Amino acid sequence: MKDLSIRRIVRELGQALLPLALALAVGAVIILAIGENPLTVFGLMLRGSFGSLRRLSGTLQEASPMIFTGVSVALAFRAGLFNIGAEGQLLIGGFAAAWAGFALTGLPGPLHVVFCVVAAAAAGLVWGLIPGILKARLGVHEVINTIMLNYVALSLTNFLVGHPYFKEPGQIPQTRDIAASSVLPRFEFLYAHAKVNAGLWVALAVMVAVGYLLARTRYGFEIKAVGYNPEASEAAGISKSRVIWTTMGLSGAIAGLAGAEQVLGVFRCFVSPFPFGYGFVGIAVALLARNNPLAVLPAALIFGALTSGAQEVDVHSGTPREITVVLQGIFVLFIACEFVLRRKRRVGETEGGPKAGGKGREEEGRGEDG
Amino acid sequence: MGDSGVALFFMTLLVSTLRKATPLILASLGGFFSEKSGVVNIALEGIMLFGAFVGAVVAQTTQNPWLGVLAAAGVGGAVAAIHATASIWFRANQIVSGLGVNLLAVGATIFLCEVYTGGQRSFMLSVSEKLPRWGPFLPLVYIALLMVPVVYLMVYRTRQGLRLRAVGEHPEAARTMGVDVQMTRFWAVVISGVLAGVAGSFLPFFAGSFAKNMTNGLGYIALGALIFGRWTPWGALAASLLFGSADALQEMLQGRGGVPSQFFQMVPYVLTMVALAGIVGRAIPPRALGIPLRKE
Repeated sequence: MKDLSIRRIVRELGQALLPLALALAVGAVIILAIGENPLTVFGLMLRGSFGSLRRLSGTLQEASPMIFTGVSVALAFRAGLFNIGAEGQLLIGGFAAAWAGFALTGLPGPLHVVFCVVAAAAAGLVWGLIPGILKARLGVHEVINTIMLNYVALSLTNFLVGHPYFKEPGQIPQTRDIAASSVLPRFEFLYAHAKVNAGLWVALAVMVAVGYLLARTRYGFEIKAVGYNPEASEAAGISKSRVIWTTMGLSGAIAGLAGAEQVLGVFRCFVSPFPFGYGFVGIAVALLARNNPLAVLPAALIFGALTSGAQEVDVHSGTPREITVVLQGIFVLFIACEFVLRRKRRVGETEGGPKAGGKGREEEGRGEDG
Repeated sequence: MGDSGVALFFMTLLVSTLRKATPLILASLGGFFSEKSGVVNIALEGIMLFGAFVGAVVAQTTQNPWLGVLAAAGVGGAVAAIHATASIWFRANQIVSGLGVNLLAVGATIFLCEVYTGGQRSFMLSVSEKLPRWGPFLPLVYIALLMVPVVYLMVYRTRQGLRLRAVGEHPEAARTMGVDVQMTRFWAVVISGVLAGVAGSFLPFFAGSFAKNMTNGLGYIALGALIFGRWTPWGALAASLLFGSADALQEMLQGRGGVPSQFFQMVPYVLTMVALAGIVGRAIPPRALGIPLRKE
């Protein structure tokens, strides 16, 4: 395949890593401005994320949900859809996993885990289908809807956690503990109480499956065609609306799995407030991976390392750990601009690439005239 | 409840609604400027958060609340300028750029808060008592209400306003008529940031403290109010009042049984989706929204 030429790989790497380098440079200036040494801080970050087996496992643990959400967002991007709703899909999926975890009893271990994982995927699927169907049938742009659904999911799960049927008696707002048979085992062979769990294998499997789907199947081809040029693919006999709602649903299901990983592997119940931010970081991960599912792994490891290294920074320097969120934000800003550099370079293909943002609303406005 | 009880309930609800609606009104007017010019602004959320933090710090440090509001306006405009520069001249994906601003805001405000307080993620604001009260409200409420007709007149009754609308509906035609599309958009986004920054600065004054991530989706609700209000200033006002009343009811009914407060929290989000889907009359965005101007 000519796509895999060395030149292309180098170019793609450069375009992904340049914004990252720029973000680190701006981060260094910020650290200097508060009177700290950026080299020390970055050194601490590296040590905190890769310095020992325990720290490395912390990085893998942070990366696990990011692989799910990164793949989820990247898949949607390939169809020209912008899934900002991974955050909400993760919440709903996590809650469903917790429910299946404590409500179903008497199942043998592996089967119970499968049930919980399927429940999470199904719940995420539903949460992804809502904006997907609204876009496919009514042409409503998915960005606003997915943002709104994040907050609907937050309120809904907050309500459910407080409901007597789900709630663990006592003061702490969390659901009852899941049955032992539904727990995703932790990597105890690394060291006792390692947080990283078998959810990582699920994440990698999903990542490879989506990579295969996009590269080798007819449906994957349709997704890419619709993302590349919706009108032309419609003319070629691909149902644009079917691709839109199925891809959005699939993307939601994958983000829902991130919630299952957190519930079955880490907390063993649904806690409120649930960890926040994996959905949004998933967008940064997908952008860094340039929407290539297999590149999501290194991208998630980079962002996972940033997050897990933050603790070391907090403890051993005067720099607040939020420097990592600042770096993520700056990186996303830089990569937003970079989007364009790529398109400019490939003149004649200006209509290509996922056109999330704007295009949908444009269609919507036009549709109103007809 | 007796008659006087009912009257008291509605008076409290009305007062509380106006308070809750105040930041929404200003921020949605801000969104109106940006989106009317053709630039999607989901960065409202992050700009409000920056405004809340900087406003609180400056007010507390100088012991002058008005300087806090002014500083929030400045930082709001500056942050919006980043989004505008990326969106207009670098033709960045406006959603990605807005998300970048929002992520940056969450990180930067906590980061700076810890630097400012020496490790805390919130701080009390003694200065909010220095704001005068006009009747039941802080002056901020009246400022927000006054801005609605001001923005209406600016956008629908002035030359600049006409240019702004032209740029958002049909940028190519506007350019042919000699309008500098990119500068018009830039200033629209900056004004949008100024309004959202001021809106954000109200939050710590109302709460008496700054807390991490204190906007908590309010910027997105403001964007929803703009959409539910059909991209018009009066509509945004009405939607802000409606969303504000849902929030006020939620607070008043908390712990009373009946409808759980979480369902009131969902109201703005669900109504926005309903408005976009066109179940009760469709909300139509400016035509060139989200589309950068192409070079000739």
